[in-house]
Amino acid sequence: MPRPALPRRRRQDLTRSRPATGEVFAEARAAEVRLGGRQVLEGVDLSLRAGEVLALVGPNGAGKSTLLAALAGDTPLTSGSLCLAGRPVGQWTPRELAVRRAVLPQAATLAFPFTAEEVVRMGRAPWAGTFEEDEDDEAVGAAMADTQVGGFAARPFSDLSGGERARVALARVLAQRAPLTLLDEPTAALDLRHQELVLALCRSRAARADAVAIVLHDLNLAAAYAHRVALLDAGHLVTTGPPATVLTPEMLTRVYRHPVEVHPHPATAAPLVLPVRAPGAD
Amino acid sequence: MRVQAGGREPVRATGTEPPSAAAAHKTAPARRAVALALTAALAAALVALALLSAGIGAYDIPVGDVLGSLLHRAGLGGRQLDRVAESVLWNVRLPRVVLAVLAGAALGCAGALMQGVFGNPLAEPGVIGISSGAAVGAVSSIALGLSFLGNWTVTACAFVAGLATVLLVYVLARAGGRTEVVTLILTGIAVNAFAGALIGLCVFFADNAQISQITFWQLGSLAQATWPKVAAVLPCALAGLLVAPVYAPRLDLLALGERPARHLGVDVERLRLVLILLVALLTAAAVAVAGIITFVGLVVPHLLRMAAGPGHRFLVPGSALGGAVVLVGADLAARTVAQPAELPLGVLTALLGSPFFFWLLRRTRRRQGGWA
Repeated sequence: MPRPALPRRRRQDLTRSRPATGEVFAEARAAEVRLGGRQVLEGVDLSLRAGEVLALVGPNGAGKSTLLAALAGDTPLTSGSLCLAGRPVGQWTPRELAVRRAVLPQAATLAFPFTAEEVVRMGRAPWAGTFEEDEDDEAVGAAMADTQVGGFAARPFSDLSGGERARVALARVLAQRAPLTLLDEPTAALDLRHQELVLALCRSRAARADAVAIVLHDLNLAAAYAHRVALLDAGHLVTTGPPATVLTPEMLTRVYRHPVEVHPHPATAAPLVLPVRAPGAD
Repeated sequence: MRVQAGGREPVRATGTEPPSAAAAHKTAPARRAVALALTAALAAALVALALLSAGIGAYDIPVGDVLGSLLHRAGLGGRQLDRVAESVLWNVRLPRVVLAVLAGAALGCAGALMQGVFGNPLAEPGVIGISSGAAVGAVSSIALGLSFLGNWTVTACAFVAGLATVLLVYVLARAGGRTEVVTLILTGIAVNAFAGALIGLCVFFADNAQISQITFWQLGSLAQATWPKVAAVLPCALAGLLVAPVYAPRLDLLALGERPARHLGVDVERLRLVLILLVALLTAAAVAVAGIITFVGLVVPHLLRMAAGPGHRFLVPGSALGGAVVLVGADLAARTVAQPAELPLGVLTALLGSPFFFWLLRRTRRRQGGWA
């Protein structure tokens, strides 16, 4: 049993308190972020409920990652408020925040050649010295099984392919078992099968009353797996709602500045989003 | 030094990696076994080398007699040596061995911490100019004849100057939350050049006695070891060495990057501040007694990382132990290879360490596919 990565403390604010499905876990009110004199987010009102998968979509530079970073407590708001688990996000200590939300960054880097399993185990660091520490081995094992990284558990992270690294990084985030999971483009480096795997994992987290927010570029993945979709454009939240109401041809054509057509899936009726392509264009 | 643990290595998917990194492929239990074996081997080597070093020299004392005298002083039997041998052992050799242990441990540990903080395996107090920064403090206190803190003056000046240099390098070499290799090394060159100029200025204004003392700093040597020196440096080195392992687990998380470490509950700003203070404390302790001794903090953590994996729980205390072994051994070599003359210790470690550093640069470059 490895020693705890952080000092031992058994305190109320470090013990697990899971929200019930449907309860608001994170809430932004008139959130505004300026970075280097540029307005990156403006007047964003968004709530994230336990038990739902929320997809953040929008064109490049719309502010999706900034919104995610603000929810994570990385980027402070210029004005407005952002509450996480009933308290402004800035009032939690890093440790208290770490048992409430897990974050998957866009690119996973590692300075030293830790093995894949060691990286996944780092996800358990926030629970060191709490009663949940007893779940460490089980959580690491389950996260590795879920993301199918067991086959290269003993290999150094730096030797893995881009897709393998992405899944190991995801396993680390899952092993953290925080009630809120924030994923920044988790599918970018993944093939079709693993994209489906990751989104299905998000759904199963949500089914266990976790809140999941994902930045996605693939609108069809968002349509198929998200409970709600938040469409951002130029720092503004254009609209939020179920995929069928947000992912409409008019809305997407306007926001993406490219003609888009949407068809119902023949079997599930989920929206299928396709950019309009000039006939005969190769 | 390599200790082979049981268990086959998993088949590698890519064949591009140099064989030296093969040990990094071991599973967690195998790594723990290697770490345990290495700790035992290093501890044994340290005791053996310390006893040898205490015995060997212009006036040879058999190892049995060294042990006997040690036991006698500790009140555990043994026997006293003749007057000359007893004096050589207790007034010349032992303070020197103890100083080598302290300085080596401080340098090895500082190297491991520094690489962890910068998230960069090329960071080392000597390479990035912190040793020379601390030496500027020590040298200027000699040249200016400062003695405001008595025995502690040189150590204190080395610490303040070392701390200022660490902070300077840290601020200069970081951009966007990470430290590029190129920026780090170039910053080191600039800091070393500036420190060299300041030391040159001190030499220019110093008298002859001061100049010989300053030269000692620049070459690095343990030849002037005395018990008061040990006493002056012991608190700094010991405090640093005892506190450092506390932060080892958090250094593991820092390897993920600053944001991910914060996401896992690490107060990154505070951790960085504490670790930089620790590095300055340890480096200053070593520089204050031994002058500029480079590459110990680079080579030792590197070899240990190859053998036992990058986990800092072993790496930080292990590097302290390994640094002590290397410096006691190097000092013994410096005293004996060119008898009756004595090589400067810093020159010897630089002679052996520089090629290693060169190899490391090549390897890092190959892995990254060029400097970013």
